[in-house]
Formats: sequence, C-alpha cells, structure tokens
Amino acid sequence: MLLRVENLRTYFHTRAGVVRAVDGISFTLKNGETLGIVGESGSGKSVACYTLLRLIPQPPGRIESGTALFGGVDLLHCSEEELRGIRGNRISMIFQDPMTSLNPYMRIGDQVIEPLRIHNKMPRAEAFARGAAALREVGIQDVEKQMRAYPHEFSGGMRQRVMIATALITHPEILIADEPTTALDVTVQAEILELIRKMQRERGTAVILITHDIGIVSSFCDRVLVMYAGRVVEEASTEGLFYHPKHPYNQALQRAIPALNERGTALSTIPGSPPDASKPARGCPFAPRCEYAVEKCQTSEIVLKEVAPNHHSACLRVQLGEIDLTPAHAISDRIAEKTS
Amino acid sequence: MNGIVEPMANDPVGLKPPPEIERGTSLWRDAWHRLAKNKMAVASALVLVIIILASFVGPYLCAQSYESQDLRLGAVPPHADHWLGTDTLGRDLLVRILYGGQISIAVGLCATAVALTIGVLYGTVAGFLGGKVDAFMMRIVDVIFALPFTVFVILLMVFFGRKFVLLFAAIGAVQWLTMARIVRGQVMSLRRQEFIEAAEALGLSKLRIIFRHMIPNALGPIIVYATLTVPSVMLLEAFLSFLGLGVQPPMSSWGVLIKEGADSMEEFPWLLIYPGLALALTLFSLNFLGDGLRDALDPRAAKD
Repeated sequence: MLLRVENLRTYFHTRAGVVRAVDGISFTLKNGETLGIVGESGSGKSVACYTLLRLIPQPPGRIESGTALFGGVDLLHCSEEELRGIRGNRISMIFQDPMTSLNPYMRIGDQVIEPLRIHNKMPRAEAFARGAAALREVGIQDVEKQMRAYPHEFSGGMRQRVMIATALITHPEILIADEPTTALDVTVQAEILELIRKMQRERGTAVILITHDIGIVSSFCDRVLVMYAGRVVEEASTEGLFYHPKHPYNQALQRAIPALNERGTALSTIPGSPPDASKPARGCPFAPRCEYAVEKCQTSEIVLKEVAPNHHSACLRVQLGEIDLTPAHAISDRIAEKTS
Repeated sequence: MNGIVEPMANDPVGLKPPPEIERGTSLWRDAWHRLAKNKMAVASALVLVIIILASFVGPYLCAQSYESQDLRLGAVPPHADHWLGTDTLGRDLLVRILYGGQISIAVGLCATAVALTIGVLYGTVAGFLGGKVDAFMMRIVDVIFALPFTVFVILLMVFFGRKFVLLFAAIGAVQWLTMARIVRGQVMSLRRQEFIEAAEALGLSKLRIIFRHMIPNALGPIIVYATLTVPSVMLLEAFLSFLGLGVQPPMSSWGVLIKEGADSMEEFPWLLIYPGLALALTLFSLNFLGDGLRDALDPRAAKD
C-alpha cells in the first residue's frame, strides 16, 4: 500500500466556531492507482488532500487526529524538514487555477526546474535540459523559446501543462490533482486529463483526483470516494459507484447529470444545501436532503460499512437492507462506452 | 550561480541547453535590459549621475570655497564671477549648492537604504509568519510610530552627542516603519496566492519562498515607496537642521539652503530658486527612475 490515511480530522477554529472541514476520513491508495475524490464545494475534499501535505494554514486550521502513512513516514507527524523533502519530490500537487499558480515574475524554465534544483541539487544546465525534456513531454512546442517566456505569455491550458511538467519532473509516486480542469474550457479539459493519464501510464504514478465533476470521475478513476460534509459517504470502484450506487447522495448526484437521450424531462436536483460544518448534528449529515430519510437516520450513529465486496456506504438504511438504489442512465452509458 | 557548466558529454536526454539559458537568467538581468529601453528612465539616471558627480567632485574644482565670505559683496544676483549669485554673506551659491548636495544626497540615499533594508525584512517576516508573531511585531512598529520624532532625535543627540551618523540613524529609524507596513500588507496578500501555495507544495523552504517568490512580487510598491522616501528624508534633514539638530553652518544642505532662501525670497529670489531647482531636479529624476524600475521589474509590463 502506497498511502494509508486513517481517521483524518481537520478542523478550522474560526471566530464563528469550529468548522469540521474533514471529520474522520480513512482511505488507501495503491501504486499506480487513480483515486477520485468527489463532493460539492465545502465537502472537505480539497482540505483533506492539503492536510496530507500539511498545506492548510495553521492557525486557523488544525489537524485534530489521524495518521497518513507513506512509505513508513507519517506525513501528519513527521518533521517539517522531512516533509519538505517529500513535497514536490515524492508527492506532488497541481492546483485548480493555472492562471494564478505560477509565479508571474519567474520565467517558465526556472519554475519547471525548481523541484530538481532543490530536491536533487542538480546543476542548472542539467536541470534545464531535463526541464526542456519535461516540457516537450507535456506537449509544449518550441521549448527553448518558451522556457524563457513568462507565465503571462501562456494560455490557461499551456500553464496547466507547465504545472504538470513541474509536478512530475521529480518522478513522484503520488500526484494530487486538485480540480485540475475546473478553470479550463471543455476541449482543453479533455486534453489535460488525457495528458495526466498518459504521464501516469508511462510512469506508474498514483493519482488522487479531486473534482466535483462526477462525469470526469466516470471516465478517469479506478476507485472513488464520495465526500459529504467532511465525511466519506461512499467508497467504491468506479463501476460499482455508477452501476450499483449504495448511498442516496451518490444516486441523487447521478440523477442531476443531464443526459443526451432524455429529452423533455426536467433535470433532477438535490433540494436544500449542505449542512453548516460548524454545527455538527447527530446522525447522517445528508438526512435533511435525503428522500429516503427516516427518523433513525437523524438519531443513530452513522459509520462507513462494507455493504458489498469492496463497496462501502455510510447509509444506515442501505446497510440494513431497507432500500435498494438504482443507477441513473447517463453515466452508466458513458462507462459502457468507455469499456466497450 | 554555478550557471556555466561544461557542455555535457553524457547528456541524459540528448540535448544541450541553448547558450543563452546556460548563462543564467535572473529577474534583474531582464529588468536591466528593459530599463535600458526606457528613455525617460535612462535620461533620469544620467541626470542623477551628473548631479551626484557634480556634488561630490564639483566643489574641489571650483575656485570659491563654500565657507569663504565676502561681506562687502553681500547678496548679488548671478553674474560672471558667481554663476548662481551669492548669499547675504557673500558666499558663492553654486558651490554651496554643490556642497549641500553631498549632505542631502548622502542622507537621502543612506537613510532610504537603511529604511528599505529594515522595512522589507521586518515586513516580510511579519507578513509571512502571521498570527501572534505578526501581531507582536506590528505592535512594536505602532509603539515606535507613536514616539514623537523630535523628542526621539533630541534624546539620541543628548545620549550620543551630536554626530552626523545619528542623523542617518534617526531618520532611518522612522522611515522604515511605513515601509514595513507596506511590505507586510503586500506579503500577506501574496501569502494566500496560489503560486505561493504551489511553491510550498513543491517543498521549497520558507527562506527560498521569501526571497525567490515573495520579494520579487512585492518589488513594485517597494520601489515606488522608496523613491517617495528619498524626498521626505531630504526634507526631514532640512527640518532637523532648522532646529539646530542636523547640519550646522557653515556646512549646508539643500534643505538648509531652501530654508534660508525662503526667508529672503522677496529681496533675493535666486537664493530660493536655484537650491529649489537642484532638489526638484533630483527628485524628478528619482521618481522617473523609480517608475522605470518598477515597470522594468514587471515582466507583464514589457512591450516587445
């Protein structure tokens, strides 16, 4: 196992109260695997990953509990220096907005080679050669000239390519991609995802893909965590998640995807909004919005349990076998397309 | 930088970096090229160099001395012997302006450099660390700000005697406060920028983030404020001299000359006009140079 995260809790201590951004999540990541983490804004998916590299601002953030074992090192409790040696070297990250994640005052070439310079102490000229090769690999044309350009001369898609080259230049074991395509338009999105997949295949890098686009998950990930209000509500293989949803939230999300072949019907939405993370309630956090919710959902202790082989759900009624959920067609069709 | 490396025999990817890259590219190097293209900035730099040279070399080349009086002559308007006229004691104004320039320029540049160094470091540390450290550091700034400046200078003079260096120290000690506040604000806003987070995620050390990523991004406002600091320092020096805490006669500075000139501007206007011109010219040049530098340091402002 490449990475084993257990019982991770990250709270933000703000004036308005304690915000339980990540409230006890556990997951594992295998070598070369692609793990998707989906959830809406504020569900804690980004915070969870930032916590892994201790990148959340502390204070107000605080890691309340948990371990994250990576090659025998607990990322949450190791020394700052040890962690710096892992960041950008063995675990890299790419960010949501490529327009702001490059330093506007540094040449592209200098930024791409920075990880090599600090982690491998590589001489500048050698690092530049490696940087040029890395940029060529992510599809940048006319590399020698572009390395001397500044970020503002690049388009969003090109900048994200530069970010990917920078993140992968040290051949990390894990790449965390935090909504890498959200800020890009659709055609560029597909190119960037394809690029990440290609690099992953060539190097066997494990990828954690954070996204709120369940469509991207369907075509990209091996395994998926669905997060809601700082907790994992469902964990399954991609096929399992879409063909056999085991949590009402997942089912509702899938129904909210517009399908091409279902004309004339109103698009399904999830009523209400996510709970306020600073006011923890007993029971299932999704219960107030759930069409299947009954009284015990609000009162019982909710835990994630295996309800089918390698398929975990935090829905009490599914665990008890009281309800049976059906997949929406839009996504399962897409998966069928992908696998055929 | 260990930028120059032998052409690689065992090149891992089979390509040599182009020679231009090998030499190493820095922000300053680019900025220099861009600055050289800015005509106003280059002209201003030239004017500044001329003023500085004239002030520090000029007095030794002139026939008159800055202190020799000619009471029978008194104040005369500019003519062949005294190009810029003489003051009420019959001292040559040109030499006095040149000589006073030494003091004004030295005070202006040194005190600004001191303010710049302390202010940038202090502000960056406070803004970068944030939280309690920041609160504590900025309260210190507030306390020093609250001290009355004149009382502070008088105290310094009382304890350490009337030394010229103290003038730098006193002015520098006050001017860095605003600089620290400006830099702290800049750094705090940069702190939450994604590229700083990205740099952290790449495993950069705090020092490297500060020097490679933060300060270059905060340079624009720093430089503009520095060019604004120089004139205010020169005026502060004049104010201290007027109180008898700064430069003493027969030595002079632009601030002192302007002060004297202002007292007698109705009878002898040239005593105000020429020192004023010297100060104005210097400040204009500094401002243009500062603007040019700011643009040159911002790669986005480059037009090519």
